[in-house]
Amino acid sequence: MSNTIKGKVFVLGDNIDTDQIIPAGHLMYSLEDPEEKKFYGRYALSGVPDEQSGLPDGGIPFTPEDQFESEFDIIVAGRNFGCGSSREHAPFALQQAGVKAVVSPSYARIFYRNAVDGGFVVPIESRGDLTEHFNTGDTAWIDRDNNKMINERTGEEFELLELGEVAHIVDAGGIFEYARQNNMF
Amino acid sequence: MNLTEKILAKAAGRKSVEAGENIWVDVDILMTHDVCGPPAIDIFKKQFGQNAPVWDKNRLVIIPDHFIHTNDYYANRNVDLLRKFASEQQLPYYYDVGGEDYKGVCHIALPEEGFTRPGEVLFGTDSHTCNAGAFGQFATGIGNTDAAFIMGTGKLWVKVPETMKFIFEGEIPPYVMAKDLILQIIGDIGVDGATYRTMEFAGDGIMNLDMESRMTMTNMVIEAGGKNGVIEPDEVTYDYVRQRTSAQFEPVFGDTDARYHSVRRYQCEDLLPMVAKPHSPDNKATVEEVAGTELTRAYIGSCTGGKTSDFVAAARILKGKTVKLDTYVVPATTEITRDLKTITIDGQTLWSIFEEAGAKIGDASCAACLGGPPDTFGRLNGQEVCISTTNRNFPGRMGSKQASVYLASPYTVASSAITGKITDPREYLTEGTPMADAV
Repeated sequence: MSNTIKGKVFVLGDNIDTDQIIPAGHLMYSLEDPEEKKFYGRYALSGVPDEQSGLPDGGIPFTPEDQFESEFDIIVAGRNFGCGSSREHAPFALQQAGVKAVVSPSYARIFYRNAVDGGFVVPIESRGDLTEHFNTGDTAWIDRDNNKMINERTGEEFELLELGEVAHIVDAGGIFEYARQNNMF
Repeated sequence: MNLTEKILAKAAGRKSVEAGENIWVDVDILMTHDVCGPPAIDIFKKQFGQNAPVWDKNRLVIIPDHFIHTNDYYANRNVDLLRKFASEQQLPYYYDVGGEDYKGVCHIALPEEGFTRPGEVLFGTDSHTCNAGAFGQFATGIGNTDAAFIMGTGKLWVKVPETMKFIFEGEIPPYVMAKDLILQIIGDIGVDGATYRTMEFAGDGIMNLDMESRMTMTNMVIEAGGKNGVIEPDEVTYDYVRQRTSAQFEPVFGDTDARYHSVRRYQCEDLLPMVAKPHSPDNKATVEEVAGTELTRAYIGSCTGGKTSDFVAAARILKGKTVKLDTYVVPATTEITRDLKTITIDGQTLWSIFEEAGAKIGDASCAACLGGPPDTFGRLNGQEVCISTTNRNFPGRMGSKQASVYLASPYTVASSAITGKITDPREYLTEGTPMADAV
C-alpha cells in the first residue's frame, strides 16, 4: 500500500453509524459478484441525513444517483466513526465507492477492526477533530510515513496518530495476507 | 483478574492476562446469520478452499433471522446460500427458514438452544452478540473476515479490554425495567463512553433480575461502544442454562482484588422510566420530561425488547385497553410466539390481549428493528414518530431517514400506545394491575 494518499475530501459529523454508511435495506447484495457488489458503492453513505451529507453546507450526495463510484477519496469525520452494527459491508461499501482512507479522532472498535482485517480502507486517527479545517471538495495529502495530513487549499498541516501494531496488517492488505506472511497457517 | 480477564485467560490457555494485551483465544461458539453468513462463507472458501471443512461443525451455529418474511430476491437467495453451506458441511446447528427448526432472532435463539454458557467465548457476526454476556460468557460482535478466520482456524486475536463496573444497589421500583437502567447508563456515559471496554453489571439490583432482563442490560452495551457486557453467573444463570443444554460448562468469577477502569454506583430507588430521544441512544430524557410528545407508531420487538417478559409487561398494561397508535408486536423467536399463545393474564392469553387491543402481531424475526427490505413488517417508510422497545434510533435505522424513533421500555411503549403520546407507565401501572397467571 502506498504511503501517500492524495484525494478529494468528504466531511461528516460525529457518530456516523454503520446504518448511515450502508442502510440495512441494501445489505443483501453479494460482496463477491462483480455486478452485485457495485451497489455497495452506489449506496455508500446514502443513510446520512441530507443536511449532514458533505459538511459544512450539506446536501451533497456522496455517490450521485446514477453512479457506482464517488468522486471523494478521503473521509474526514467527527468522533466515533462507524458505531453501531458490526456489518463489514460498511468499510466494504466505502472501498467500493473509491474511498482510500478515513480520518477521525476516534472509531467504534468493530468498524476499525473490520476496516483493518478486511483491508478495505485505512482508518487513521487524527489528533483532535479536523472537521472544522476541511470543506467537502478540498484536496488533501496524507503522508503516512510522517503521520501528517495537509489541506492543499489552506496549506494547513495536521498531525495524525501512528497506526501502531495494526500497521503490519494494513500494509499486508488484511488479516489473511498478514497471517500468511507470518506463516500462521 | 476481573471476570472478563478470567474468561479470556482461560480461552488463551494462560494463567493470567492484563487489559491492553493482544492475545489469541480458542473460540467455543461462532454464530452467524443471513446478512453476514454468505459473505463470511465466501471469504472462508476463498481462503481455505472450496471444499475445506469448518474447524468444528459442533461449534458453528447459523441462525437466519434478519430478512426472512420478505419477497426480496437477494434476501431469499442468501438464505438458500446458508442452507447449501449447512448441507455441504453437515452442520447440526442450522435453524432453517420455513420449517419446525426456524427460531428467529439469533441473540435470543442462542440462549434458548443452550449456546450461552458461563465461562466460554462466543463470537458472532452481529454487534448485539454482546447480549450473551448476561450468562457470564465473553461474547462480542465481529465482521465477516474475522468470522471466516474462525471458521477455518477456531481462533481469533482479541485485545483484552479494560472493565467499567456498574453497581445497582437496592430494589428496582415496579415501574422501572432493565431497559430504563441501560438507557440511563448510556445517557450518562455517551455512545462512545465504553469504546473498547467491558461493561460489567453487578449489585443486588442486577442479581435480582431474571435472565431476560439481564440480557436487556448486556444487549445494549454496544450502544455505548462497549466490546462486551458481562454479569457474574449465579443459580439463576445455571437454572436457565441447564434447562436448555446438557453440555458441561465451567463458570469463572472475578477475583476480589480485581482491577477496574472505573466503578459507578446507582441507587435503584432513584431510577425512573427513561427514553432515548431521536436520533441517538444516548440522547436521554426521563419519560416525565417528554410526556405528551405526539406519536404515530408503537413497536414492541427485537432482541432487546421482544422477549417473553417484555410482552408480559406490555400485556399487563394493554389488557382491556385499545391502542390509539399503529402498534406492532414482533416476538423475537418462535418459542416466544408460542409463549404468547399459552401465557395468560387473568385467563386471557397475551396473544388475545394484543389482538383485542388492536395491535398487529408479526412473525418472529428482526423485522423492522433495522428497517430491511421495503416489505418488512412494521418498517417505517415515511415521517413516522415511533416509540419502540428496540435498541437503536440512529437516523433511518427503522427504514426511513425522515422518521423519528424514541427508545423506551415495554411498559412505556404500551402506555404510550394507548394514549397516542409519550406516557409515563405509572399512569397505568397500579397495585391492582394484574400479573401473569402462574403456569
